Amino acid sequence: MTKSELIEVIANAQNHLAYRDVELAVKHLVERMSQALASGDRIEIRGFGSFSLHYRPPRVGRNPKTGDSVTLEGKYVPHFKPGKELRERVKDAYLQSLGQAEAS
Amino acid sequence: MALTKADMVEHLFDELGLNKREAKDLVEMFFEEIRQALERGEQVKLSGFGNFDLREKRQRPGRNPKTGEEIPISARRVVTFRPGQKLKARVEAYAGRDEFKN
Repeated sequence: MTKSELIEVIANAQNHLAYRDVELAVKHLVERMSQALASGDRIEIRGFGSFSLHYRPPRVGRNPKTGDSVTLEGKYVPHFKPGKELRERVKDAYLQSLGQAEAS
Repeated sequence: MALTKADMVEHLFDELGLNKREAKDLVEMFFEEIRQALERGEQVKLSGFGNFDLREKRQRPGRNPKTGEEIPISARRVVTFRPGQKLKARVEAYAGRDEFKN
């Protein structure tokens, strides 16, 4: 599912907001989440999961073309930890699909 | 400070003028539709942010850390997140600024 498909699903699932408003709102939400991480804040959504930054220490890497070693500075990368509800729902749906495949 | 659903509702209210009810429903649906897609086994791609991917894990031996009793960890499907280039670049830019400050 892409962002535009997500917008479409939400637009169809409710009748308060026009497609255009849902589109704008979803774009704002994604931007707000990026902004939080870009300014070093965590994101905590109960039942979905949390996003935080993990530190990657400096290391010596190589230029794959020339083989020269280059010093890479330490950096932060975004990390997602799925919440309990998301983990269980994905796992249960998967086990159910496995069970159905076996039964048929 | 961590960003929460309440902050996201507030943001839609302030920036787009949605009423509190509409904003709350929209934030709920946003996360619920992503969960449902992942439940169906569909990858979710939010351009500019990142992809939620699914990986299948086979059953493996496990242990109850308290009792030491052996219990197999059942087969499962798990969600992983791969941040997109744009998000990674924005996060690194912040970290750079932070180091400069110290």
